[in-house]
This record gives sequence, C-alpha cells and structure tokens, in this order.
Amino acid sequence: MPTKIEKDVFSGRDTTGHEWDGLKELNTPLPKWWVYTFAATVVWGAAFCVLYPSVPSLRGHFDGVFGYSTRESVTADVKALEAQRAKVLERVNATPIEQVRKDPQLMAVATTAGRIAFANNCQPCHGASGEGRPGYPTLASDSWIWGGKLADIQQTITFGVRNAHPDARASVMPKFGADGILKPDEVGAVADYVMTLYGKAQPGPATAKGAAIFAENCVACHGEKGEGKREVGGPSLKSAVHLYGDTRDAVIAQVTNPRQGVMPNWNTRLDAGTIKSLALYVHALGGGE
Amino acid sequence: MFIRQETIEKNAILMLVLTLICISVGGIVEIIPTFTIETTIEKVQGVRPYTPLELMGRNIYVREGCYLCHSQQIRALKDEVERYGHYSLAAESMYDHPFQWGSKRIGPDLARVGGKYSNDWHYAHLINPQSLVPESLMPKYAFLAETPLETGLIVNHLRTSRIVGVPYSEDAIANASKDLLAQADAAADGDALLKRYPRAVQVAGKPGEPTELDALVAYLQVLGSMADLAGATPAKLKQ
Repeated sequence: MPTKIEKDVFSGRDTTGHEWDGLKELNTPLPKWWVYTFAATVVWGAAFCVLYPSVPSLRGHFDGVFGYSTRESVTADVKALEAQRAKVLERVNATPIEQVRKDPQLMAVATTAGRIAFANNCQPCHGASGEGRPGYPTLASDSWIWGGKLADIQQTITFGVRNAHPDARASVMPKFGADGILKPDEVGAVADYVMTLYGKAQPGPATAKGAAIFAENCVACHGEKGEGKREVGGPSLKSAVHLYGDTRDAVIAQVTNPRQGVMPNWNTRLDAGTIKSLALYVHALGGGE
Repeated sequence: MFIRQETIEKNAILMLVLTLICISVGGIVEIIPTFTIETTIEKVQGVRPYTPLELMGRNIYVREGCYLCHSQQIRALKDEVERYGHYSLAAESMYDHPFQWGSKRIGPDLARVGGKYSNDWHYAHLINPQSLVPESLMPKYAFLAETPLETGLIVNHLRTSRIVGVPYSEDAIANASKDLLAQADAAADGDALLKRYPRAVQVAGKPGEPTELDALVAYLQVLGSMADLAGATPAKLKQ
C-alpha cells in the first residue's frame, strides 16, 4: 500500500496517503473542542473513581476518598426533612386532637400533611375527595360505619378493619343466605323491607313479613329501625349512602353472601403524626362529627 | 504507538491475540463481580423464597409485561423514600430469577405494594382499574380471572429454582401443590403454608380451582413485605 501523503488543493488538508483505484481520502482530524472534551471526561472519570466508591474487590469495594454512600446520604436527607417538619408537626403531635381542630394555624399544617398522605395512601380506595367507591366507604358524608368523631377516625386509620392486626375493627355479618339461616324467599322479603328503610320502596302489608324477619335477625347489629350500631360496626341502613349498592339485587347479594371489606392497619406504614393529620383531614372532608 | 497499525493489519496471528486481550478486558469486568455477589447482598432477616402460588403469580407478572410500566426498586432518594417507603435492598430480590426492578414508571413503583391495599382491592383493580382509579391508564386484566392457573409443573418449577440457588427444602418441594391450593383458598387451613412461608397472604380463589388472577394477587401482596427492615441503618447493611 503506497503511503504518500499529499496536500489536497481544494481543502488544503493532507490526504491519508492511501489510494484505492485512484481514490484518495482526506485525513480530517477530529475537531479540537471534541478531543479536549474527550480528554476531560477521561480525567473526570479517573478522578471520580478515586473520590467516590468505585472499583470492586473480592471483599466489598473501594470506598473512595470522600467515603460517600447514597444510603447514608438519603438517611441524612430524610432526617433533615423530619427535623424541619418537626418544628410544626411537634405541636400537632403534642396537642390533643380536638384542640388541634380549634387552632387554625395547627389545622392548616395538619390538613396539608393529611391531604398529601391521603393522595398517596387512601385515594386508591376512597377516591380523590373521599367520595368512596362501591365497596369502599365514602368519607365525605356523615354516614359512618365505625364513627365519625376524630378519635374514631384516628382509631380506624391506625388499626384498620378486618385485617390481621389484633386491634383492628372487626365485624362479621353472617352469610344468611349461603349458610341457610334464611331461605331464598325470606332473603327476598327482608330485602323488600330493607328498601323501605331508605325510601326506595313504600312500607305496606307486602313488607310485613320482611319486617318480622328483620326484627329477628338484623336488629342486633343494624338497630331497631336500621339506624346502625357503630359499637359493633353495623352500618346504618337508613342512610342514602350505600356501600354495596341500593338495588334489590344488591341487598339480596349482601344478605346472601356478605362482602367483608378490609382496610389495612396504617400504623406500620405511617407515623403517628401523619395518621393524626389524616384523621383531621378526613374529618374535615365534610362528614366529621 | 508501540506497534504500528500497519504491522497489526498485516499479521493475522498478532491481530487475533490482541483482539482476544481486548475482548477479555470487557469480559473480566463483567464476569468477576458475579463471583463476589455474596458481598453485595445485605444480611437482613425475613427474605424467603416465593410460595408456589406467588411464584406462579410472578410468572404472570413477567408474561403480561407488568415491568414495562411498573418498577420494583425504590431508589435511595428522599422523595422516593417519602412516597414508597424504605429504599429497596439487593437482598429483597435475591430469589428473583430474573429480578423485576424495571426502569419505567408509567404506573407507580410496586416494590412495597404488599399489604398496602386489601385483596378485594387488587381483584377489583386488576379486573377494571378505572372502577377504582378513574384516571388510570392501566389496561384491564379481567381475563386473568377466567384463566385457570396452569399448576402441573409447579414441582419442576421449584426444583429448577433450586438449581439456580433458591433454597427450597425437600419438604417445600414435596408439598408444592398442597401449598399452592391452600394459598389460593382463603377458607383453607394455611398453618402449614405459613410455617414454611411466613407472611404469605391467602387469597380468595375458588377452592381447588385457582385462577391466574389469584396467583397474581398473592404475588403482589407479598412484594416488599418480607424483609425485616426495623433498625436497618446504612452502617448495618454495609458489608
């Protein structure tokens, strides 16, 4: 291969000196800025390897001159954040929950913290503004299953409902239809009566049979007139708010083989201050007592 | 510099030897760290092999490409720890083959989703995500509820996992089918299952006829809930 470097007359650059069947190639060097930048990245890379954790060894790795650790850094970050929040949240924590509600400044802090925690943790079931979903109670109305006072809400959030936690709220509705406690026609009759409680049907001689079955089987948890019993978690049947629907079919389904909703206990995921803030936020959604 | 380009180009053996050296550098850099993998797995308590049902659910997670929209790694960054909980550890995916860390978050991270919602929620949400989260972009996976779970190969699956290092005991392999059915039925006796696999969550399948949805829910409900992270400071996790 002949290597005769020539000067190209048009561009003024050297050729590579190679020739292929009369074709010659210009030797165009890389731009200077590119070469220097490349060299700089090599120097940067080497410096980084010395200063920060880099080369692995058989027992761990080289820690770097700075001894930097992402995990220590994030632990410190979170600690600093908590310290910053503590300035205001500490007062929320130290004040009884009823008192917080009366203090506009503390309330502003708690509802802001509560709103953020709600969006992350509660919204998937209870909806963005606590409107509820079929099977997931509404939090924006005054229809409460386990009570709508601040302390009740705080308790429910802390320990949840029907989960594995020993302090969880728990109520079990018997499977009246599936376990044969009531015959299918009796289930239908009681459904007809229950519908009169929330005004979807008119009471009359036709619902008398259902009323009798109700008095015998349902009043222990749902109350004499279906007003609900919070101490045992029996939901009100008079309310216009329905957890599993207000149609006859929905009532029959629930009496036959009741769905038992589960809420996680949040005390393992959220700290006490956040739960307190959440309780205040939920209380303020519209239905708090 | 030391050997001219022209010399290398004209000497096939020399070129071959130098190519080999060049490539082996890349190989060494990639292969050597796998021999020291033990030093990167933190020593935390509680991480156990997946139950047979969770393992099947994991297969469905992989098959449906859940990892394309959901990551399973909470990075050690303040905002992630705030939203999702404790940053993920290598130890938490040591029995994953392959791990499902993912790199996209069209949906939220799932590394600690286990126990965050009820079983009912997962069933309803997988069947029709928009019924619970109206703004969700997630596709509906209702067909999983109608697809019977293929359980015939579960014993072989556990054995294969053991070959690649997942410590399934003989006892666990012998009872694989039994454990699978027990976990897929909320009314079944789960004592033996929970003894072998602590913190396993029984799901509400039809007795004896688990569906793919049952398996997926069982898998989702255990994510991130195995490792005992109380008091896991960076200094303690370091080896």
